Amino acid sequence: MKRMLATSLAALIAGGSMAAADEVVNFYNWGNVTPPELIERFEAETGIRVTVTDYDSNDTALARIRQGGHGFDLVVPSNNYVETWIEEGLVIPLDRDIVTNIDNIAPEWMDVDFDPGRQYSTPYFWGTTGLIVNTSVYDGDPHTSGIIFDPPEELSGRINVVPEMSDIITMAIRYHGGQQCETDTDILRQVRDTLMDAREHWLAMDYGNIDAYVANDISAGVYWNGGAMRARLQNDDLVYGYPQEGFSVWMDNVMVLSDAQNPEGAMKFVNFLLEPENAAAISNFSRYASGVVGYEAFLEEEMRTAPEIVTPPELVGAGAFSIPCPQEVNDIYSQIWTELMQ
Amino acid sequence: MAEPRESHRWKWLLCAPALTILVLAASGPLLIVLVYSFLTPGNMGGVIWEFSTEGWFRVFFRRDIFDPADVSLNTAHLTILWRSVWLSLQTTVICAVLGFPTAWFIATRPANTRTVWLFLITIPFWTNLLIRTFAIQELIRNSGTINTLLIWAGVIDAPIQMLFSEFAILLGMAYVFLPLMVLPLYAAMDKLDFRLVEAGYDLYASRLQVLRHVILPLVKPGFIAGSILVFIPSIGAYVTPRVLGGGRTLMLGNLIDLQFGQGRNWPLGAALAITLLVIVVAALLFYLRTLNREEGPRHG
Amino acid sequence: MAEATGRYAPADRTTVAKPRRRARNFDVRHLPGFGAVAIFTFFMLYAPILILVVFSFNAAPSQAQWGGFSLQWYEAAFNNRQVREVSIRSLWLALVASGIATTVATLAALGTTRVRRFPGQTMIYALINQPLMVPEIVTGVALLIFFAAIKVQTGYTGMGYLVAAHTAFCIPFAYLPIRARLETMDITLERAAADLYASPFQAFRHVTLPLLVPGIVAGFMLGFVISLDAVVITEFVKSAGQDTLPTYMLGQLRRNITPEMNAIATLFLALSLCIVTAFFLLTRKRG
Repeated sequence: MKRMLATSLAALIAGGSMAAADEVVNFYNWGNVTPPELIERFEAETGIRVTVTDYDSNDTALARIRQGGHGFDLVVPSNNYVETWIEEGLVIPLDRDIVTNIDNIAPEWMDVDFDPGRQYSTPYFWGTTGLIVNTSVYDGDPHTSGIIFDPPEELSGRINVVPEMSDIITMAIRYHGGQQCETDTDILRQVRDTLMDAREHWLAMDYGNIDAYVANDISAGVYWNGGAMRARLQNDDLVYGYPQEGFSVWMDNVMVLSDAQNPEGAMKFVNFLLEPENAAAISNFSRYASGVVGYEAFLEEEMRTAPEIVTPPELVGAGAFSIPCPQEVNDIYSQIWTELMQ
Repeated sequence: MAEPRESHRWKWLLCAPALTILVLAASGPLLIVLVYSFLTPGNMGGVIWEFSTEGWFRVFFRRDIFDPADVSLNTAHLTILWRSVWLSLQTTVICAVLGFPTAWFIATRPANTRTVWLFLITIPFWTNLLIRTFAIQELIRNSGTINTLLIWAGVIDAPIQMLFSEFAILLGMAYVFLPLMVLPLYAAMDKLDFRLVEAGYDLYASRLQVLRHVILPLVKPGFIAGSILVFIPSIGAYVTPRVLGGGRTLMLGNLIDLQFGQGRNWPLGAALAITLLVIVVAALLFYLRTLNREEGPRHG
Repeated sequence: MAEATGRYAPADRTTVAKPRRRARNFDVRHLPGFGAVAIFTFFMLYAPILILVVFSFNAAPSQAQWGGFSLQWYEAAFNNRQVREVSIRSLWLALVASGIATTVATLAALGTTRVRRFPGQTMIYALINQPLMVPEIVTGVALLIFFAAIKVQTGYTGMGYLVAAHTAFCIPFAYLPIRARLETMDITLERAAADLYASPFQAFRHVTLPLLVPGIVAGFMLGFVISLDAVVITEFVKSAGQDTLPTYMLGQLRRNITPEMNAIATLFLALSLCIVTAFFLLTRKRG
């Protein structure tokens, strides 16, 4: 016991002084989307050590950084959170002298609503929230959210819906012809009723791991395009659907924190991520598209033509960036959501 | 007991290190949660420092989403609350039913192998909760091991839907919390004086009578510890219902998480948390009081 | 214990109607069916573990199909620096936190068990058990706010916060088995030691402590696995570069847990087996 205590204490002291030494950049990113070889490449090029720490939701990351004292330098919020981060002064403008690759950002991603002219953020990757359907179970049109909200008989009880409140409620609002952050009570009432009825046909509201789709334990669901592609590569029967009633486009964006320990190193890292080759590494790893010009040259062949990545031209118009909803609206959504999940 | 009447200072001294850590890293910060439950939800999570009882109101009542004047009991919250308590009770019973014989089995092995058996109970828990839960998922899903074996053996034609059900949550929680029952039970049994058991048999008691009147009373402290250790974390369980329950059947832990996360209503989350705390403490006090009354004063 | 016999033995005598002869090799420790249940329990405990170990050697990239034997996930795990770091950090944290928790819990158990009731005892009891009664998410948010304030004030963002949070969380788990052990422990030996003029410390060192060991071991092991599992608290308390294995996996939950995790879990199992074996050999030598 005594020896154990002594060892623990020694280890404690050693652990406490592990930090310091060489230059470090602390990267706070979504889990499982940072290719390890990319980090190694940056370290080899610059001699700056990078630590990667994961989060699993925008809300956690925001709460964490707001409180301060976190030690992070970089964060990757989704588009609908970017404005909050900027307004609250949690991030600093990009240093154009270091981030010289800013012009590599594709024109359509340059002047975005959430950060006009890209003063604060650069694209990490982007994707869509759509549907995944197993055609061996149901071979109708996959491009409608009716699959989820008014499911065909073959799919009843075999559907998984991701537990993302704003994604699902927005999808249901669009199904009823409404807009994002809809406040019209008639539409919201229909939305609630539709969701409550549809729920009976759902098997789960889970993040739905890829294996379950591959093994056909789940035959349809709401899913992100990158996950859908990973699943399709293992099972040809799976197709990705873009709901014609409207679907969300999202983008995760790299930003430098205002209380960063090493803002200069962080800016270098931002610049590094904008190299087409590095952007492609992220895409190949995560199966999501990049916002960097010329990254296609380094892309794996199967990514370039993937139906999950290349939106069919006739459905492009149905996609729209998700926007943040005011607190009152979010509160209504949250009540519908709690009822749905009771 | 031969205890000097003097001061109780040494008892406090012995407890001091534990209490310091607990106050700094557990109980003290909880006061923040109490304070937050009386504040106003901030934009995109967090709080605004304005007094409000809305969070507490919402715990029990709901205003109709479309007609705020229409107030009714919040059945969604009550349903979730009841489900949490009920599933936790069942988990505790399952753990006790499986854990008691297991602890007994270990306690009656030869002295030098007991520790090994004890380790065997904890080894699966060296993998961590998430990976273990996913392994259970693999076991019970439609194309998982159990269904595949049953179909192969011709017992069933189509897979049984076990995953994403309350059964799956129960299975997962019993699995996760079993050692919390076995270890304290074992600790109590290991010191059991088997001469007492023998005396029982000498007096022609049946096995059941010995179990009921000799063994159970002697290992009762272990049972109490085990039940507390299983029941309470079950109520607040988060990962197991999320992964095995399929998210459609919320438990209290998930509901609170929802409010601190996507729901962005921290005061409601805080109020729900305090409610949970109050329920647990009340249950615990009731439990201990019943036991004390049954047993009479033991010490002093 | 004397009370128990006094209370129950006579009752038994009166309720037993038919005298029954005991077989010669009657084992008082045997209870019918208990062995079977215990074996079943062990089987249940190890079934998912077996699956996990098997799939860690899978050549296919998923858990859905078996694609032949391969060590690729071990290779991937070893080559992934983040995986290596979070695994070591998890083990280190569990060791330190449960070590401290067991030590202070033993002291607290000695201060609160088998003593005359004293003012404040209920409060101490409530404080010790408090981390059990609050869902992790609540403690997590509370600690996030509290520790962040300290971090901003002091500028220290080291592992100390995680150690403190995990220790506090482990204390009740370590305390309860130790207390249960103390309560069922025979007081006469300690009294004999006192009669033989042993100082309170000597009596503790040579009599109480050795008797307490099973409780302490149980408490330590509980604390260890609890710390290894603590995911939500860690998620909120961690600073930059302080991911542990569970929080690393939580980050993956939204997409897919990679089979590398099976490989890491298998390695953890192997490590625990090594420790058990070493422990077994040591105790056997001593015995």
